[in-house]
Amino acid sequence: MSSIGTGYDLSVTTFSPDGRVFQIEYAAKAVDNSGTVIGIKCKDGIVMGVEKLIASKMMLPGSNRRIHSVHRHSGMAVAGLAADGRQIVARAKSEATNYQSVYGEPIPVKELAERVASYVHLCTLYWWLRPFGCGIILGGYDRDGPQLYMVEPSGISYRYFGAAIGKGKQAAKTEIEKLKLSEMTCREGVFEVAKIIYKVHDEAKDKAFELEMSWVCDESKQQLRKVPDDLLEESKAAARTALEEMDAD
Amino acid sequence: MDLNMHLNAPHSMGTTIIGVTYNGGVVLGADSRTSTGMYVANRASDKITQLTDNVYVCRSGSAADSQVVSDYVRYFLHQHTIQLGQPATVKVAAYLVRLLSYNNKNILETGLIVGGWDKYEGGKIYGIPLGGTLIEQPFAIGGSGSSYLYGFFDQAWKEGMTKDEAEQLVVKAVSLAIARDGASGGVVCTVVINLEGVTRNFYPGDKLQLWHEELEPQNSLLDILNSPSPEPMNI
Repeated sequence: MSSIGTGYDLSVTTFSPDGRVFQIEYAAKAVDNSGTVIGIKCKDGIVMGVEKLIASKMMLPGSNRRIHSVHRHSGMAVAGLAADGRQIVARAKSEATNYQSVYGEPIPVKELAERVASYVHLCTLYWWLRPFGCGIILGGYDRDGPQLYMVEPSGISYRYFGAAIGKGKQAAKTEIEKLKLSEMTCREGVFEVAKIIYKVHDEAKDKAFELEMSWVCDESKQQLRKVPDDLLEESKAAARTALEEMDAD
Repeated sequence: MDLNMHLNAPHSMGTTIIGVTYNGGVVLGADSRTSTGMYVANRASDKITQLTDNVYVCRSGSAADSQVVSDYVRYFLHQHTIQLGQPATVKVAAYLVRLLSYNNKNILETGLIVGGWDKYEGGKIYGIPLGGTLIEQPFAIGGSGSSYLYGFFDQAWKEGMTKDEAEQLVVKAVSLAIARDGASGGVVCTVVINLEGVTRNFYPGDKLQLWHEELEPQNSLLDILNSPSPEPMNI
């Protein structure tokens, strides 16, 4: 488990003697407690899926979206503190529209990821700000094809074939590594993402959950869209069947 | 004639500038006269300025305004290229020029033609006249000398020319404008931009084709029609 950072963990502007900034690590824990979020890059686009843990039966299904559209061609799935996530999404939207109005073209996904990462990192530099308690999976489709980035609370951002954050991230990463992503279309990817999320969901600890998926691919005309309802239902059914088969073994 | 006006008026580039797309890239062309009123301040100026490795701009109107706009855009594009990690597109260069021209329209007086080649769209020409409109065109003409070229291009322009056809068209057009426009003159500079890179060519004024009243008397119409096009001088 983690070590206690007695005394060195009171401020994000303090390093510990072994070179760690504990506040940032604690921020990452907030992300680890949230429902799983995964993203995969298929040969013709990106698919992102979120395991939305339902806090109350009174909540309307389909509300509380976790995957947000940043620009026509890109979207972000957020894990961790939802209110923090809202700030980051707002900033990303603002960066994207600003880029478009200055340069006259949609912001390249690489550039967007860099700007979001800089913003998240900014909040780890001052004692009067706290780090964002959320991890972001950013998927977009620009002139250089589909791209997937992940931004952590420390401000680190890498480009990925497949990424997972949240409670079931270890199990999800193992599952993603088994997939042959370069040969998969987004249609097939949707089924795989649903299967993985159902698989990593812990029935014992958390009760109900809602699966939310969005994609940006050739089929959606390189625009970020919710996965069509019929396809979503099909993938959920296939995922449940796969889970039953596994349990039956 | 007011001597003061000749010596102290702001430098204006009467100018003829042209940008033309061809099958594989663009050709930019310009004359070389910078005038202060009636006085030719510089008879050998270079009006085709580099913005990036693959995008150039033809400048007309106020010499100072066009230089300053080019300098700002070159600086912004340099930063943009570093952030992007790859060469900027012609469209982005044109957008930045437009942004400056439009937002400062009350102060500036310069018409620009941005032309270049990038791997996404190939050869592109963007005209940005006074006021800051941005218009993507297969060919663009600008400057005081361009008034004499509208009819010429209506007749002589065609889609999908080769590099040599396009360059010859540009040289011919600039030399026609020089013949008629007092504020254009000197030499013809062309810049060809394509996948392979950038080539500058130089056509000295005395090597340009003569037109109409300046022609030597000819014995036969066939001699006129068969006279060769000017060869570029290597720089």
